[in-house]
Amino acid sequence: MDLVIVIGAVAKVAVIVGLLQVSVALLTWVERRGSALIQLRRGPNRVGPFGLLQPMADGIKFFFKEDVLPPFVHKPTFIVAPAVSLFCALMAFAVIPFGGVLEVSGREIPLVIANIDAGVLLLLAASGLGVYGIILAGWASNNKYSQLGGLRASAQMISYELSLGLGVIAVLVLAGTLNLSEIVELQSRSLPFVVYLPLGFVVLLIAGFAETNRLPFDLPEAESELVAGYHTEYSSMKFSMFFMAEYINMITSAALLVTLYLGGYGVPRFIAEPLGLSGNALVVAEVVSFAAKVAFFLWVFVWVRWTLPRFRFDQLMRVGWKALIPLGFANVIWAALLTILKPEWFS
Amino acid sequence: MKVARKELNLLERMYIPEVLRGMSTTIRHALNPRHNVTRQYPEVPTPLPDGYRGIPSLVKDEDGRLKCVACQMCEFVCPPEAIKIVPGEYPDSNVEKYPDRFDLNMLRCIYCGLCEEACPEEAIFMSDVATFVVSSREEAVLPKEKLLEIGGVRAGGVRKWASK
Repeated sequence: MDLVIVIGAVAKVAVIVGLLQVSVALLTWVERRGSALIQLRRGPNRVGPFGLLQPMADGIKFFFKEDVLPPFVHKPTFIVAPAVSLFCALMAFAVIPFGGVLEVSGREIPLVIANIDAGVLLLLAASGLGVYGIILAGWASNNKYSQLGGLRASAQMISYELSLGLGVIAVLVLAGTLNLSEIVELQSRSLPFVVYLPLGFVVLLIAGFAETNRLPFDLPEAESELVAGYHTEYSSMKFSMFFMAEYINMITSAALLVTLYLGGYGVPRFIAEPLGLSGNALVVAEVVSFAAKVAFFLWVFVWVRWTLPRFRFDQLMRVGWKALIPLGFANVIWAALLTILKPEWFS
Repeated sequence: MKVARKELNLLERMYIPEVLRGMSTTIRHALNPRHNVTRQYPEVPTPLPDGYRGIPSLVKDEDGRLKCVACQMCEFVCPPEAIKIVPGEYPDSNVEKYPDRFDLNMLRCIYCGLCEEACPEEAIFMSDVATFVVSSREEAVLPKEKLLEIGGVRAGGVRKWASK
């Protein structure tokens, strides 16, 4: 019995990590074709149908590139930093539930790697640790541009983690639990929390952009000022690990937003009820619904990146401290008022 | 010069509505393929304007005879000295000379079109071949046969074969 659980868990981890890699590959394709559409170009369309095999070609290129280890770097840290980045990015996804409970030959398989009661905390901790990868990379590179990129990353992450936390706390106040699966179930019973907390949704979305170092908050790798920021000295697979970490962070960020504010894997009632879904069919529908919601927000990430220019550093700090944090607090107070005045909505 | 800055109104200072406006612009671009300006080059050739000066080429008349009489006017007028002609002689004909060799060095040619203007026999024309790819310097020197292949047949014009 114990062995079955272990095998099940390992299989789930393998599937999720594999799916994440595929999603990252697809996402790079979406990013390039999407930016091309927005900029009235065509983007990579030669490798495979619609250029879909372009990520494969890129991957092969990364594998065969020379892995330059500059003589002036602090070697152990330089080598560990990209691994830290990727590890934290992958770890954060472990607590995200992507479907209900699947029933296979009488055994119940919850579609989440780690259904733990402190799920949200683990996610925040993992994303907080992720910044070490960037800071260590910047410091170990022994190069002023990388160093500046790392410093900016740390300042930015610390500032926006607060508003990220505030966006999360409001949901926790409503739900009364830290377990993400329970939060999703609660939203299925009542309404997605974005209806009650539109402000928190916006705060979390913006903080998500900052946490993933995406435009308009990509100051740690601002190429016009810092060459490539913290990964200036990195090449080959080490660079690609940073690259993958960034995209996995995007996926996690979108998944967190969907889980906390948009009903997670829950299928909207106006779709589920006419179809009369139940049992495993419902679970499959839930996985599809989760994927669709996350995919939409991933497109929003891409969409915003190719719409907005980068903030200046002081603007970044001003938005973080003087706009998002007060709004986040207002949102938390609003959530508290709701739970006091209308507790029957969230039971 | 001092540029007057527009005072931002409340909505603009809130930033988010303006962001949404920008996003609506970009998505309208993305969803309208008519906007796309990229040309799929090797498959879809670039349309060339009239009078485009491509590789200079030699032409034949409608009877398949060489129009060039090896007068060497083009060789003389060519600014970068790209044309090299070795004349040959017909034993008995109205036309006395023909180019035994006609080598055009495309590494030198500047596509000025002066050879076409100078030619008294209307034997050399700027073609519409815009692409020129070779893998060695030797290949870049186009011989008579190659130039005739590009030029093809151009009927009419000088009728030197009939009478002097």
